[in-house]
Amino acid sequence: MSKSIYQQFKNARAGARPTASAYIAELFDKRIDLHGDRRFADDAAIIGGIGYLGGIPTTYIGIEKGTDLQSRMDHNFGCPKPEGYRKALRLMKQAEKFHRPVVCFVDTMGAFCGVDAEERGQGEAIAENLVEMMGLRTPVISVIIGEGGSGGALGLAVADRVYMLENAVYSVIAPEGCANILWKDAQRVEEACEALHITAKDMKAFQVAETIIPEDFVHFDMMCENLKRTLVEDICHLSSMRKYDLLENRYHRYRAFGVYREE
Amino acid sequence: MDKLIHKVKEALHFDTKKDERLICKHCEADLSKKSLMKHHMICTECGSYFRIAPRDRIKLICDDGTFKEMFSAIESKNFLDFPKYDQKLAQAKEQTNEKEAVLCGRAKIGNVPACIFVMDSRFIMASMGSAVGEKITRLFEYATKQKLPVVGFCCSGGARMQESILSLMQMAKVSGAVQRHGQEGNLYLPVLTDPTTGGVTASFAMQGDIILAEPKALVGFAGKRVIQQTANAAFPDHFQTAEFLLEHGFLDAIVERENMKETITLLCAQHRKAGRTA
Ligand SMILES: [Zn+2]
Repeated sequence: MSKSIYQQFKNARAGARPTASAYIAELFDKRIDLHGDRRFADDAAIIGGIGYLGGIPTTYIGIEKGTDLQSRMDHNFGCPKPEGYRKALRLMKQAEKFHRPVVCFVDTMGAFCGVDAEERGQGEAIAENLVEMMGLRTPVISVIIGEGGSGGALGLAVADRVYMLENAVYSVIAPEGCANILWKDAQRVEEACEALHITAKDMKAFQVAETIIPEDFVHFDMMCENLKRTLVEDICHLSSMRKYDLLENRYHRYRAFGVYREE
Repeated sequence: MDKLIHKVKEALHFDTKKDERLICKHCEADLSKKSLMKHHMICTECGSYFRIAPRDRIKLICDDGTFKEMFSAIESKNFLDFPKYDQKLAQAKEQTNEKEAVLCGRAKIGNVPACIFVMDSRFIMASMGSAVGEKITRLFEYATKQKLPVVGFCCSGGARMQESILSLMQMAKVSGAVQRHGQEGNLYLPVLTDPTTGGVTASFAMQGDIILAEPKALVGFAGKRVIQQTANAAFPDHFQTAEFLLEHGFLDAIVERENMKETITLLCAQHRKAGRTA
């Protein structure tokens, strides 16, 4: 049991999985990539732009890990800095203005941990996204395609629907970090993975994700064709709702989370 | 009547309790809690700040006898059978005499009605799980209905890993309530105290209309050890302190404890809403 969860975790992090750019290329026609946060820089860990999703003009945003060593370094291994979250927010606000739906692809170990990221307000950048996404007056769907690493993932995953690929994981803390805190032993990752309940099935059970997307990387085009159908269906439904209802549902989607005692 | 009984109880409790002694971490001075409270829990020898427990904070900030605790019945549950969580909770409750890592309620501050929450660093590092998220969310929802400002004394080690992904979801849940409170034109005033980190920094601690902090409070997103592992960069002076954040534009002001109540009072008064009933 624990072995398979750990295996899933390792697979989710593995370099062999398609990254955000592959999904975007497959799902969106006539794309144009857009750059920069208009404040400081263009964070290569976050890619974004506009394309047609089954004929619907849609804003896409993805955390890109890169595919070979050079591109992984170029994309900072998919660890966004504050300017990345601000760029994502800029594109979301733009989508809201022009009544476009937003699709986010999430794949990160976590937000970047560095002196520069702290100087430019990593916490503030994510915090701002959470508040703004809660009030964003356009449909948002987030797809966890590999690793959903804590707050760095949530910064792009406050959405009306969350999908998880069948072998993707989503966690409040990196399992190594958890093992370190619990047993002062980063080697006990397997046990940490099990204790944390990080799989797509777990997320479905917690209702953190609505939909599990079957994986077939051998027939990636067909897999994306199915994913596109699901996305278009949900977007059509969400777009037909009154904005008030859309936001009300989003609020209650998150309002419901939590297990506690009250006596 | 209830009020009277409460007052008598409080007085008795205070009299029977021996005056606690506290040791200053910085200069090792041995000080009485009573005299420290008179000095806002600032060391009378070296001027450094003691961490303040929520009920002491309430005494220093709220007008006497005006604090009414809310949502006090909500507490954490080890719903995942997470290793060592039951012991952690039991230990925290024993040490603090509190049920959870945040104290919520309404009060008057300088005669201005407000909602207030105070996080408790002694309680599993004031980490945020379902109970903490629920209490703070309810407070914002109540404040929205009552058109009240929210003053929030933040400190936290981050999201509570023992409740897995549901702790992460609390960040979004509270953010939703903050968003609605703000949309109605209500003031949210977080005060960052030592230490405010992780998921709380990446959510409601940084979502205030006006953000204050105590001098020298540690405030950051990632832990220093993790940053050191990622990049071997040297830390700049005052890295991840309130002073550092102020310099980089992420705080409105650093406020000394002696002036905290006055400052909060002024800000709440400046934002007082016309047409508010209570
Ligand atoms: Zn001292």
